[in-house]
Amino acid sequence: MKYLTEFRNGEIAQRMAREIHQITTRPWRIMEVCGGQTHSIIRNGIDQMLPAGIDMIHGPGCPVCVTPLSLIDKALAIASQPGVIFCSFGDMLRVPGTDRDLFQVKGSGGDVRVVYSPLDAVELAARNPGKQVVFFGVGFETTAPANAMSVHLAKRRGLKNFSVLVSHVLVPPAIEAIMNSPDNKVQAFLAAGHVCSVMGYWEYPQITERYQIPIVVTGFEPLDLLDGIRRAVIQLEKGQYHVENAYERIVTYAGNLPAQQLLSEVFEVADRAWRGIGVIPKSGWRLSAPYREFDAEDRFQISGIHTQESPLCKSGDVLRGAIKPAECPAFGKECTPRHPLGATMVSSEGACAAYFNYGRFLSADDLAHAGAALTGVANG
Amino acid sequence: MCLAIPGKVEQITEGDVRMGRVNFGGVVKNVCLDYVPEVCVGDYTIVHVGFALSKIDEKTALETLELFEKMGALEEELATEDEVFARAANLPQSPCPDGSCDLIGQSLSAEDTARIGGKK
Amino acid sequence: MAEQVRAENAGTPDFSNWSCPLPLADYPTIVMGHGGGGKLGNELVEHLFLPAFRNPALENLGDAAIFDLAPGRIAMSTDSFVVQPIFFPGGSIGELAVNGTVNDLAVSGADPKFLSASFILEEGFPLAQLAAVVRAMADAAATAGVRIVTGDTKVVERGHGDGCYINTAGVGVLRPGIDVGPHRAQVGDVILVSGTIGDHGMAIMSVREGLEFESQIRSDCAALNGIIANVLDAVGNDVHAMRDPTRGGLSSTLNEIASSSNVGIEIDETIMPVRTEVQSACELLGLDPVYVANEGKAVFFVAPAAADRVLAVLRAHPLGREAAKIGQVTAQHPKMLVARTSMGANRVIAPQIGEQLPRIC
Repeated sequence: MKYLTEFRNGEIAQRMAREIHQITTRPWRIMEVCGGQTHSIIRNGIDQMLPAGIDMIHGPGCPVCVTPLSLIDKALAIASQPGVIFCSFGDMLRVPGTDRDLFQVKGSGGDVRVVYSPLDAVELAARNPGKQVVFFGVGFETTAPANAMSVHLAKRRGLKNFSVLVSHVLVPPAIEAIMNSPDNKVQAFLAAGHVCSVMGYWEYPQITERYQIPIVVTGFEPLDLLDGIRRAVIQLEKGQYHVENAYERIVTYAGNLPAQQLLSEVFEVADRAWRGIGVIPKSGWRLSAPYREFDAEDRFQISGIHTQESPLCKSGDVLRGAIKPAECPAFGKECTPRHPLGATMVSSEGACAAYFNYGRFLSADDLAHAGAALTGVANG
Repeated sequence: MCLAIPGKVEQITEGDVRMGRVNFGGVVKNVCLDYVPEVCVGDYTIVHVGFALSKIDEKTALETLELFEKMGALEEELATEDEVFARAANLPQSPCPDGSCDLIGQSLSAEDTARIGGKK
Repeated sequence: MAEQVRAENAGTPDFSNWSCPLPLADYPTIVMGHGGGGKLGNELVEHLFLPAFRNPALENLGDAAIFDLAPGRIAMSTDSFVVQPIFFPGGSIGELAVNGTVNDLAVSGADPKFLSASFILEEGFPLAQLAAVVRAMADAAATAGVRIVTGDTKVVERGHGDGCYINTAGVGVLRPGIDVGPHRAQVGDVILVSGTIGDHGMAIMSVREGLEFESQIRSDCAALNGIIANVLDAVGNDVHAMRDPTRGGLSSTLNEIASSSNVGIEIDETIMPVRTEVQSACELLGLDPVYVANEGKAVFFVAPAAADRVLAVLRAHPLGREAAKIGQVTAQHPKMLVARTSMGANRVIAPQIGEQLPRIC
C-alpha cells in the first residue's frame, strides 16, 4: 500500500536503529502515548532494536483500556434491553465488565453489532425506526470527529432513535496527569500522530515548557516510530525540550480545522474518570447542550450498577507506565487473554495483551535468538 | 486509538455529506470527506473509521523517505560521533514550521478553543 | 452481488414435471413439509438432489448407501457448515461443504471417495438458492472426484436457522504406508504452504454487514486431494504432517502442530505469500492475515532433503502456483510459534482466542 509499505522497510529500520545506538550515551525513558503505537512497537519488535538503555514506557492511550468499568457495565445493561441495537467497534466486544462482556450479551440474545464506522450505526437507525440504536462512542481525539459527525447527522435528519454512549478522552490532560504523578519516570513523550492530525500540536508547547520534557509527534509505522524515538533521544542528549513534528506528511501545527469546528459544536470539555488512573479534570468530552438529547446515558437512565474491579488487576499501574505488564503478579497466570482481569489484557492494543500475544514472557535473549532456525529457509 | 490508513481518492460525490470512493491498495470503501474539503480526486488521504482526517502531503512523504534512506547509509564507519550527531540533529526548530499557526484565531474563536480543551 | 444474481438465475428448478398436488411453482421456498419425509420431501430428492448428485449408489434411495471401497484402512471425517452469507465472492456454502470434508480426508493421507450431505433448512429459504447450492456441491464433487451417496433433509421453523446449514461426512481409503499426523513434525522439518493466505476469510469479511468493502478478493475454496496426491507420490513419508488452515488461519494450524509434536516453529513473515488486496483489507480492519481463514490451502511439514522437490511439485499444480517455504521446525521454545518480522526482530504468534475482531486502535 502506498505511503504505508515504504515506512516498513526493514533495511532502513536497521540503519535507523543503528543510528539511535550511536547517539545514545545514557539511559532514557520515553513514553509512547498511543496504544496503536504500543501495538506497533511490540508487534514489530522495535523495542528489541533499541539500545538497552532506552526504556519505552507504554502510555494510557488505549481508549478501550481507560473506559471506566461503570460505563462498560452501563453499556452491557443497555445492550441487553429488548428493542435495542447496540453498535460498537470490534475492540470493545471482549472487554470484561463486572460479570460479563458484550460478546456474552450477544450470545444471550442481545442485538450487538460490530461496525466499521459510526455512520453505519446512523444508517441502521434510519433503517430500523422501531428500534433504539445505540453507538458506543469510545475513543481519543482521532475518533471524535467521526462520532461528532454521526451525532450531527442524526440531528440533521431528525432521527429520534439514535443515541451515543460517550467515552471520549483527551491526550494533553493525560500527559499532564502522568507528569504530575509522584512516581513518574517519563522523560520524553511520543505524541499520538493521528490524534494530532485532528488537533494539531499547538497544545503541546506549554506542556514542554511547564515540565521541561521533549514531545515528538510520531506516526505508527516502524520507520516513523524509530524517527520519533531518534528525535526524542537527540533532544534528551542535548538537554533540550521542545515540540517536534516527526509525522509531517499528515500532521500540521493547527490540525484539522473543519473537524475542530464541529467538535467544538458537538462536544464540550468535562472531567472524566480513567479506569485505573482515576478522575482527571477536564480530560474528556461530553455532548454539548444542543446535542444532549443523543446521550445514551441520559436516554436510558441505567441505575443499580454494582461495579467490581478485580483486586488482582494492576491495569492502572500499567497504564501510567509505573510497571511493565510482565511485572504484574497476575500476568500470564490469573490474567491471560483468555481470562482477562482488566482491559489492558483484552484490548488488542492494551500493553498487557501486546506483551502476552507477542511473547514478551520469553526472555529477551530467547526471543532475540529465536530466528536462528530460519537461516536455512530460502525459496527457489 | 488510531488505526488510520492511507488511501487514494477515486471519486467524490457532493451531497448531504461529502463522500468519496477511496482505494486502499485495491480495497475500496466509501469514506466521508467532509473534514478534508481540500482533498481532490487523485489525492491521498488518511482514513480512520470511515472518515478522512488529513490529506497526505506527497512531497513531504517522499522527502521523509529520502531522509530515512540516507540515515546511517553514508560513511557511517568513518564519521565521528559529533558528525553523526550533527547530521542526525539537522531538524527544523521553529514551533510552527509550516506557517499554519497563522490560521489559528481566524477559524476558531477563543471561546471555541477553550471549549474543546485548548488553553491558549 | 454477482453471486446472488447467479443463484437466483441459474439455479431455478424446472417445476413443470413436478407432480405435487400443491404445485411447487406456487411455493418457491422451503416449507415444513419438505423435511417431513413425505411427498414434498421426495419431490425435493427426485427433482433437486438426485439430478445434481447423479450416481448409482444414491439412486437406490435406500436408508443407507452401499458401495465398495478399495482394500485398506478407512479414514472418515465430518464437518458442518454454517457460513453467512451463503453466497460470497468465489463460492458458496455448497463448495465449502464438499471441499471441507474432502480436504480433511486428504490431509490425513486418505483418498476421498464418498460423501454424505445433510441439510437443515429454514422455512422460507428460497428453492432457487437451494438449487444453486446443490449445483455448486455437484460441481465441487465432480472436480474432486468424489460422489455424494446419501443424504438427509430437515426443516426448522422460520427464525430457527440461518437459511441453510449443511453437514457432510466423508470416507476415504488411507494411502498404504503413509503415516502423517500433527504429532509427527520433527526438528529440522521445512514448512511449506501451498499458496496465499487469508483469501477466504477476507472474502467473507468483504460482504459482512457493517464491514463491507469492494475488492477483487475471492474465496480460495478448492479440493486439495489432487495436489496432495502429487506431493505424496513424489516424496511419500518425507511428509510428516499436513493440515489445511481453516478457522483460525495459519496460526491455529501451526500452533496445533507445534503443540502436538512438542516442537518449536519459526516462520519468516517476509516470505509469507499474501495477496496485496488481502493485506490491504487486513490493514483496513486491523486484522492479521495469519489468523484469517483459508479454504483451499495446505501446510506441509517435510523432511529437509525433500523440501525443494515438494515446492516444485506444488508449484506445478494449478492450486499451488504461489507455494512457498515459510519456515522450519526447531527444538527451541517448544510448543511456540515465532515469526521473524520485516524488521528482522522476532515476535510470538500466539493462538487466537475466539474470532479475530476488526479494531479501530
